Amino acid sequence: MTKRTDAVVTRRRALLAGAAAAGFLGLFTRGNAIELRGMPAWDPLSGPPPDIVKPGPWQFFTAEEGTAVEALVDRLIPPDPKWAGGKDAGCAVYIDRQLAGPFGRSAGLYMRPPFDEQATDRGPQSPFTPAQRYRRSLADLDEHCKGAFAGKSFAQIPDAEKDKLLSGLESGAVTLKHNTGRGFFELLLQNTKEGFFADPAYGGNRDMVGWRMIGFPGARYDYRDWIERHNETYPRPPVAISGAPQWTPRQG
Amino acid sequence: MARKLPATDVVIVGLGWTGSILAHELTEAGLNVVAIERGPWRDTSSDFPVTYAQDELRYHIRHELFLRPAQETLTFRHNARQTALPMRTWGTFMPPNGVGGGGVHWNAETWRFLESDFVLKSHLTDRYGAKFLPDDMTIQDWGVTYADLEPHYDQFEYLCGTSGYAGNLAGQKRQGGNPYEGPRSREYPTPPQKQPYGPTLWAKAAVESGFQPFPQPSGNLSQAYTNPLGVTLGPCTYCGYCEWFGCGNYSKASPQTTILPTLLPKENFKAHTLCTVQRINTDGTGKRATGVTYIDSNGEEWEQPADLVLLCAFQLFNVHLLLLSGIGTPYDPNTGEGVIGRNYSYQVTSAVDAFFEDQNFNPFIASGAIGMCIDDFNGDNFDHGSLGFVGGGYIGAVQTNGRPILGTRAPSGTPSWGAEWKKAVAEHYLSTYTTVTHGSCYSYKDCFLDLDPTYTDAYGRKLLRMTFDFHDNEMKMSQYLTDRLADITQKMGPKVMEKHPRTAPYNVNVYQTTHTCGGAVMGDDPKTSAVNRYLQSWDVPNLFVFGATAFPQNAGYNPTNTVGALAFWGAKAIREQYLKNPGPLVQA
Ligand SMILES: Cc1cc2nc3c(=O)[nH]c(=O)nc-3n(C[C@H](O)[C@H](O)[C@H](O)COP(=O)(O)OP(=O)(O)OC[C@H]3O[C@@H](n4cnc5c(N)ncnc54)[C@H](O)[C@@H]3O)c2cc1C
Ligand code: SF4
Repeated sequence: MTKRTDAVVTRRRALLAGAAAAGFLGLFTRGNAIELRGMPAWDPLSGPPPDIVKPGPWQFFTAEEGTAVEALVDRLIPPDPKWAGGKDAGCAVYIDRQLAGPFGRSAGLYMRPPFDEQATDRGPQSPFTPAQRYRRSLADLDEHCKGAFAGKSFAQIPDAEKDKLLSGLESGAVTLKHNTGRGFFELLLQNTKEGFFADPAYGGNRDMVGWRMIGFPGARYDYRDWIERHNETYPRPPVAISGAPQWTPRQG
Repeated sequence: MARKLPATDVVIVGLGWTGSILAHELTEAGLNVVAIERGPWRDTSSDFPVTYAQDELRYHIRHELFLRPAQETLTFRHNARQTALPMRTWGTFMPPNGVGGGGVHWNAETWRFLESDFVLKSHLTDRYGAKFLPDDMTIQDWGVTYADLEPHYDQFEYLCGTSGYAGNLAGQKRQGGNPYEGPRSREYPTPPQKQPYGPTLWAKAAVESGFQPFPQPSGNLSQAYTNPLGVTLGPCTYCGYCEWFGCGNYSKASPQTTILPTLLPKENFKAHTLCTVQRINTDGTGKRATGVTYIDSNGEEWEQPADLVLLCAFQLFNVHLLLLSGIGTPYDPNTGEGVIGRNYSYQVTSAVDAFFEDQNFNPFIASGAIGMCIDDFNGDNFDHGSLGFVGGGYIGAVQTNGRPILGTRAPSGTPSWGAEWKKAVAEHYLSTYTTVTHGSCYSYKDCFLDLDPTYTDAYGRKLLRMTFDFHDNEMKMSQYLTDRLADITQKMGPKVMEKHPRTAPYNVNVYQTTHTCGGAVMGDDPKTSAVNRYLQSWDVPNLFVFGATAFPQNAGYNPTNTVGALAFWGAKAIREQYLKNPGPLVQA
């Protein structure tokens, strides 16, 4: 059999084609159907790298929502003398950028009716996207706080009251207007932890605080020199997809 | 109207593990082969470069490499009295999508099944009597034996370069390997991976308890290796981003790193990506497949005529396509008749969390398949007479990752947020060790797959419907295995230890394994099997079905070595028997 090294279509070209046509049913974001004949030429780094989150104004939250979420994440992961809390770690920025992106609109998920929201034992069945759930629950939370704390918003009440309210949402003792208390708490907690531990590329885990706190070296890829060094502390500091703090000039 | 393409000798649905193996084998036999793959083309170097492959959020939490449920999903219910609801996002298992299939993002734990697993029904009834098995259990023999498959296990392992140490070389037991495995014709292609601290400590505890621990067979290679096709893999760097991720090092066995570089350049092979097969077409008699119809990413419909159709679309989608195409009789749980969708099974895993003081396990130094295990409680390696259940699994210390979003642990009783949570995860991350069991799941009358009456996919086709729950037998097994695991783990000296046996009802929100099995099982009798011992459809002899679809029930191991061996076994039957005389290879 003769060998051919030419590919009919290389990936980069396929990607360009994909940019022009969104694809049938909006399902295919990574290019069109191609015929593979021969090994596609090696196209270095032609796969899509992650979009690095840039600092700047909220992309999804309103100013009030942003303030509330910063206060919420800072109680879920409170600051301590050694390690930043959720707010300084950028968890709210992370959640904002996630809600403005594909996650916020449930992209790729099965969203066809009918929805049986009462069923709890056959996987999540909510017809609402995360963006819709945050918008509605934050409004409900605000209304709840203003009613319960003489017109104050969540960010304005004392930490002890904030924690009491969060515990109530977690246990189900406190429900919000659209009956969203516990479900929203779980979503928020999951997203906050993601923001604390995901690569800083996504806007949270600032200065790799989450990783330094637990002793995780991050996006390293080669531990051959350490695999048989048992019960010894790994000595190198973490690195992230976008590098390490000492490699990047600080902004502001 | 579908546009008709020129006919080809063979059309393959899905270019994952089995599709790549079959494409290789049949192009070698000189046939023209067209593969049709639902997902995109993927290449190790460009899609998973080590500059950003290590991204827990993107690949694990957001499911980057997997099928989008919006395109195709399934519905689920625990029993026939419930209404099945769609899996709107993935949880318990992760359906693959794209060239390489599950081979891209598997762990590469590469086990053989036991000799007795292939003759399970006769073995258990011989040893314990027919009354020992629950009434509604529908296990059966496979129609092939370990001896039939041994050369093909060997083929798959040598394709992959699997790292391990033989415990049974041609009948000779060897210290340091698995004493329970069936005889191997030769040593593993590469030596075992090096072990980090946790598995080493656990293995020591296992020896002290009188067991013979051995390294888990791994498709993350201990050293560079060139396979019989001339494709070279590199050594694994223990990066800890393996399961759910593509390997950036060419060190995880996958179609990309073992077969595709020699398959794709062949003149008699081509593949279409981002094309979803809608159905298998049959002629007026219903006894002959004429090819497949697929829809490409622009929504255009195409018909690919072929003399031979190979279904290699992963277990769930193989069954879905058979049901949608009206091939074979759908299973009816009320009468027990029919075979398509019958004997769906899964895997029963469990864990023990051990919290230590003054130990550092460096959980991030890991590979998908590294670890130390024992096999004393697998299959029928131990006497079940007084235990009240059948089945078992391997147990051990398997260190797959220390990724922090999902990998931080704190002893139960710790709040799930706040200052105490923060302090606890900081304290326990390096010093917590989780050990695991990987148990069998036998088949039952009321566990099956059919078409959903309500929900449809993006193409308007009825979704596959799964009716499944864990049975008492498996829950007793999981409790027993978890207790035995805990006995050994306790000897590692943890301060606190927590057992997490699997419990019913089946929770579809929590990832367990992607070891879905059955639904078009193999066997000797067309009344209880959809394909014969060569994976050939009883109803449509020019259709073969590959993958874990063929497992009559699942054993206490990961499936892919057996899936790969069955692919080589079926390919051999096609090359040596079917092509000479196309028609049924076994008379019903
Ligand atoms: C996270 C994860 C970890 C795993 N770890 C292990 C492990 O450690 N050990 C082990 O033994 N197994 C493991 N597995 C299982 C392993 O991946 C599968 O057993 C194996 O890939 C099955 O091979 P297959 O050829 O049947 O299917 P696949 O390799 O999945 O290939 C099927 C292909 O068919 C395509 N397809 C499906 N439907 C259509 C259609 N209608 N039209 C066109 N194409 C279609 C799919 O896109 C896919 O590419 C793991 C799986 C996952 C998801
Ligand atoms: S653990 Fe090894 S085989 Fe797995 S992705 Fe990392 S380097 Fe590759």
